[in-house]
Amino acid sequence: MTTVLDRLNFALHHAMQTDERVYVLGEDILDPYGGAFKVTRGLSTAFPERVLTTPISEAAIVGVASGMALRGLRPVAEIMFGDFVTLTADQIVNHAAKFRWMYNDQVRVPVVVRTPMGGRRGYGPTHSQSLEKMFLGVPGLRVVAPNTLGDPGQLLEAAIADDDPVLFVEHKLLYTRPLLEAGKGDLVDYEIQSFGAPFTSYVLRFTNYSPHLTIASYGYNFELARAAALELLMEREIFCEIVLFSQLSPFTLDPLLDSLTRTHRLLTVEEGGLTLGWGAEILARVAESSNDFPHGGASRSRYSLRRVAALDLPIANSKPLEDAILPSVETIIHAALALFEA
Amino acid sequence: MVRYNISVMPENYALFRTMLLIRRFEERLLAEFSTGKLAGTTHAYIGQEADAAGIFSVTDPGDVVFSSHRCHGHLLAYGGDPYRLAAELMGKATGLVGGRGGSQHIHWRNFYSNGIQGGILPVATGMALAEKVNKTGKIALAFLGDGTLGEGALYESLNIASLWSLPILFVVENNRYAQTTPIELAVAGTITGRFSAFGITTLERDTSDVLEVQAAALEAVGSVRRNGRPVGLILHTYRFSAHSKGDEVRDPAEITRAREKDPLLIHAMRLNDAECARAESEVAAIIEDAFLRASADPFPSPESLITDH
Repeated sequence: MTTVLDRLNFALHHAMQTDERVYVLGEDILDPYGGAFKVTRGLSTAFPERVLTTPISEAAIVGVASGMALRGLRPVAEIMFGDFVTLTADQIVNHAAKFRWMYNDQVRVPVVVRTPMGGRRGYGPTHSQSLEKMFLGVPGLRVVAPNTLGDPGQLLEAAIADDDPVLFVEHKLLYTRPLLEAGKGDLVDYEIQSFGAPFTSYVLRFTNYSPHLTIASYGYNFELARAAALELLMEREIFCEIVLFSQLSPFTLDPLLDSLTRTHRLLTVEEGGLTLGWGAEILARVAESSNDFPHGGASRSRYSLRRVAALDLPIANSKPLEDAILPSVETIIHAALALFEA
Repeated sequence: MVRYNISVMPENYALFRTMLLIRRFEERLLAEFSTGKLAGTTHAYIGQEADAAGIFSVTDPGDVVFSSHRCHGHLLAYGGDPYRLAAELMGKATGLVGGRGGSQHIHWRNFYSNGIQGGILPVATGMALAEKVNKTGKIALAFLGDGTLGEGALYESLNIASLWSLPILFVVENNRYAQTTPIELAVAGTITGRFSAFGITTLERDTSDVLEVQAAALEAVGSVRRNGRPVGLILHTYRFSAHSKGDEVRDPAEITRAREKDPLLIHAMRLNDAECARAESEVAAIIEDAFLRASADPFPSPESLITDH
């Protein structure tokens, strides 16, 4: 069984082996500890000169990495918890993501900032958040999230090969998850379409049934979306297409609009807070796209749209509270059914 | 003031000419702002010219420089083209970064600047790391002022630069005011102490004599290059112009006293009259040409904004 963690770890080993410009920086990443979530395990043993354990200085980790990138290296910075990206915000927004454009495309900044996001492990308000929404829409920054369907290792290697800065958001619960195989398990009835490369989006669709609902998601919440889709099928005979994004920002709506021409109903699922989040932008763009709908605005405006996201609260430590704050299979099903009542 | 009519070293002339170029460029810039020919903001380097001229007279062309919001003097001393700098300030397509950056966001060869206080220091530290692992023999120079001493990113950078023995020179130009706030209200302890806390040696000079700055810079740059270790070069200076354009709150008497130590006056003593006149006329021609050509240049086209993701 290959897990997401295995693939990410392999990708770092492979990238360092094949490209001497690749450096890895972060807190507590040296063996035998190998990083708080073990993504960097084995690297310092294999490449002692190019694995740099740092002080607890998140701003400097990203800033130093950006400086290295400006001068021709390909650094990968690990921020131990995604919650700490606020400490790197100036470095990401005003430095790494700015340089190429504000220097009139005369420089490139091939830096990757990797970080685990997400809750459901009882880590409480400052170690459980999904803060990627704060970085969506930042010009010059690519935000990418691996999942169990595409190869997370390939995604990470593509991020390292990218000439521009990438914020690479890994949901903590994905690490131990096995990679999915097309045609197996709960994917058995789906046909899988790919859109774009290397940060591919996927549409999971039924070949022999007309679908009723599109669920859009990314990262770990794709696991919840699939579980909910299975239950909706079994219990309610509702056929769901699932649109899975790997690149959150910037992004193209095409796979989603394609699916919506069949389902006319859209549910977004994310683990960040509801207000001004990822789903809000998706829904806004879908609503605006009615202006250029080939069959006229009237049919597009009949789309039913809904979001599932975390409550607009800090994430509690206590499990019943944390469960109530974050989206679940149940809340997805509940929201999906509401779309059929409208 | 008595001027000694002696024959001078060509280097003395070059230093004077560099300082004069910065002075006249900034004066022209402020004049263009006041007549409404320029919009936006600027941070003049007038009064601090000895620092840039002295330092860049001892660096290598391949050294990497990260400067701050007050970067015009550094760029001109580095060898940047006054015409392309003027064009950038006017927002013209021919500017150093095509009009996208303006006064504080400049890149040319190995020279970079950004307008965020403190944020540039980790980046410059990473550049020094790149030069070290690529074994180029080049060093990084990062410029900061007394105001930047309040930013935490500086101390993260000093710590890492020292821990990892990186070839970087941190130049602190203490002009005694962070915008309008005097250093007494912003900096506790000593500037040197902030470096020595991280095991970084410092050289400190309170001077506006370019030769004294040059000697200190030579020692500091040499130490960084030789030992592959960071050094702090602390230069106490004074800016004669306002922080930006019209935001002067200092006591005029204080400024007048500081002007008695004008770096141009001090260094002009080492030149003869003909040399001073020659420098003035050369610089005047360069600046006139720079501003005239830049004003005639086209603005960038908004269509150039449309690019693929």
